[in-house]
Amino acid sequence: MRSNFFGGVHPDGRKALSAGRAPVPAPVPAQVIIPMAQHIGAVCTPLVRPGDTVTMGQKIGDGPGLCVPVHASVSGRVAAVEPRPHVTGRPVLSVVIDNDFQDTPARELTPHPDPAGLSPEELVAIIREAGIVGMGGATFPTDVKANTGMGKVDTLIANACECEPYITADDALLCTHPDRVLHGMELLRRVLEPRRTVLGIEDNKPDAIAALRALAPQHPDIEIAVLPTRYPQGAEKQLIQALTGRQVPGGALPASVGCAVFNVATCASVWDAVCRGRPITRRIVSVTGEGIRTPSNLVVRIGTPFSQVVEAAGGLTDDVWKVLSGGPMMGVAQKDLEAPVIKGTTGILCLTHRQNGEVGHPTCIRCAKCVAACPMKLQPLYLYRFEAAGDLEQLRRLRAMDCIECGCCAYLCPGKLPLVEKIRAAKRALKEASQ
Amino acid sequence: MKPLSISSSPHVRGKDSTFRLMRDVVIALLPPLLAGVLVHGPRALAVTLVSVAACLASEGLFRLIVRRHCTLGDGSAVVTGLLLAMTLPATVPYWTAAVGGVFAMVVVKGLFGGLGQNVFNPALAARAFLLLLWPAQVVRYPAAGQALPLLGSTADVVSAATPLHEMVMPALPDTSFADLFLGRMAGSIGEISALALLIGGAYLLFRRVISIRIPAAYVGTVAVLTLIFSRGQPHLAWMAANLLTGGLLLGALFMATDYATSPVTPVGQVVHGVGCGVLTVVFRYFGLFPEGVTYAILLMNAAVWLVDRLTAPRRFGAAEGGAAR
Repeated sequence: MRSNFFGGVHPDGRKALSAGRAPVPAPVPAQVIIPMAQHIGAVCTPLVRPGDTVTMGQKIGDGPGLCVPVHASVSGRVAAVEPRPHVTGRPVLSVVIDNDFQDTPARELTPHPDPAGLSPEELVAIIREAGIVGMGGATFPTDVKANTGMGKVDTLIANACECEPYITADDALLCTHPDRVLHGMELLRRVLEPRRTVLGIEDNKPDAIAALRALAPQHPDIEIAVLPTRYPQGAEKQLIQALTGRQVPGGALPASVGCAVFNVATCASVWDAVCRGRPITRRIVSVTGEGIRTPSNLVVRIGTPFSQVVEAAGGLTDDVWKVLSGGPMMGVAQKDLEAPVIKGTTGILCLTHRQNGEVGHPTCIRCAKCVAACPMKLQPLYLYRFEAAGDLEQLRRLRAMDCIECGCCAYLCPGKLPLVEKIRAAKRALKEASQ
Repeated sequence: MKPLSISSSPHVRGKDSTFRLMRDVVIALLPPLLAGVLVHGPRALAVTLVSVAACLASEGLFRLIVRRHCTLGDGSAVVTGLLLAMTLPATVPYWTAAVGGVFAMVVVKGLFGGLGQNVFNPALAARAFLLLLWPAQVVRYPAAGQALPLLGSTADVVSAATPLHEMVMPALPDTSFADLFLGRMAGSIGEISALALLIGGAYLLFRRVISIRIPAAYVGTVAVLTLIFSRGQPHLAWMAANLLTGGLLLGALFMATDYATSPVTPVGQVVHGVGCGVLTVVFRYFGLFPEGVTYAILLMNAAVWLVDRLTAPRRFGAAEGGAAR
């Protein structure tokens, strides 16, 4: 299978730390913190008040527009509705629930063990009510993606690349529950009616590939595409390019080139929602890195603070340097462990000082490695230069807004420039200037 | 627990560093240096050491005076010192090499903002500077195997004709192609042995320090032009003589590929190589000196920003986006 997206890098995968470890449930905390913002779009309005009793899976936040509901991940009593720490670094309005450890189930979603009778519109409605978002980390509302793709999409893509080093959440899911993923893809096929349905996976996950291939005969319409490992293959635009040769222009959605991409955990969630009537209340989180004592794949309730997930994996090592939400290329560094796991938390990565590649005086030597590595055909060194000069005109000409912040440029940079940080600042400045 | 770092993504970095790249260039320059020492004696090594020492000392002092952090550890001063020495004959007075080193580090590099900021290749600009002030010293080429005093004046060394001098006529050089390839000829310290330069260049390509684009475009352009316009000489022999003499390979592999002074876009790198090639042939055929590599590369250095701008990559999605089906 060819893989023809532009640029990219080959970082050390480090997946062996947690790969092959079947996901095990993490201890359920006595209190969960459910942020009202777990997706791209508008923040939910809380539907409960302090003192209310909630059941597991009960909808506790929702809103109009680009917004999907959030659900209680335990049953119990609402302790507070207030801003709480969030993985983005800024506090977010959250519903705090004291767990009664009963897991009393909510009965809001109806299971449809045989979904054949459901129309595409009914399926999309269930996807929305279950609070499903892109679970590969981007957290775009899945119902919106499905809705806008109807009638436009000829290629449905399931993303199992998991190209971030270290992270093995999708790998663990595919090794243990490939059936849920494939059934979820069939449901999305019913919604979008594509001509081609393909699951893209990188060749560094042989067990997952074998598990999928074992079930492939039952899903003749789903193609399994094994791609040579290269970061950032799992980025939406790059995976589309690798599998179809089509390029999604900057600022456009995949539907503009007839594609829709869903992470495999998202697909599994679709099946859980439709056939088992389960909203998103838990997810697989890779707790890994050199800075954690027992790298593991854990099934974690949404709203579990990082500190308790880290404890469940044996705790941090003494030489820990960074704790990330997500992978080492695009993850967000946490200043403490107070933020809770949300729907898009693929991993909690703990790095030690040995992984610190930063230097005192970053210097551009114009080696051009960043230009060669950029999958979006940008020139990071010039973006860096014009950001420092505050030249918005040049930043616009050099298409700073096309940057997907994959980090290939900064990863390769021998001068160790903080390229992504500065290009992010450039994008922010351009956004502010256009308002 | 110590406070956690919250610096930006990416949180892991590749193994490449400026120092590793510079170290690789130094390693790649060892074969040409060795060839120079074997053909022109220990004075070639002494000139090289003086040049490197002058570069290190002047860079260190300059950074101290302008109160910037010390950059001696990145290895770039050593590379410039080596490259400058490669372009000088072993007969050059030590003080001339030292002046060249100081000019390269202070005027060409330091005053432009230091590593990565300079417009012109420091070693070549320094050579051009020396050639303007002391032409007799910079083109006083020792013959292959000629004994040179390690200490003391070389003013009475009679300059030997390099093969390029003979080609000005125009005529094919007297030296055999085997000697041209191995480097048994008069010339600058680092330019004589095509074999040694190719070994060094292959190492840089293997280590991915440089891409093949600039050297291939440069050498290819010179090859095509000299093959077609062979000035009445046998076409192939004339082309081969042009490729194996003077500073062409040194320039194409080590100078035109200098990061700071070459384009960053793939197409721009090809344009850069072609431009260097065309100018080299023009200067060799019509110039004041038999050689034209130095000025060809310096002129293209001045065009780097323009070339980068004109050869910017096509926007992602501009080719197939929207109309994919």
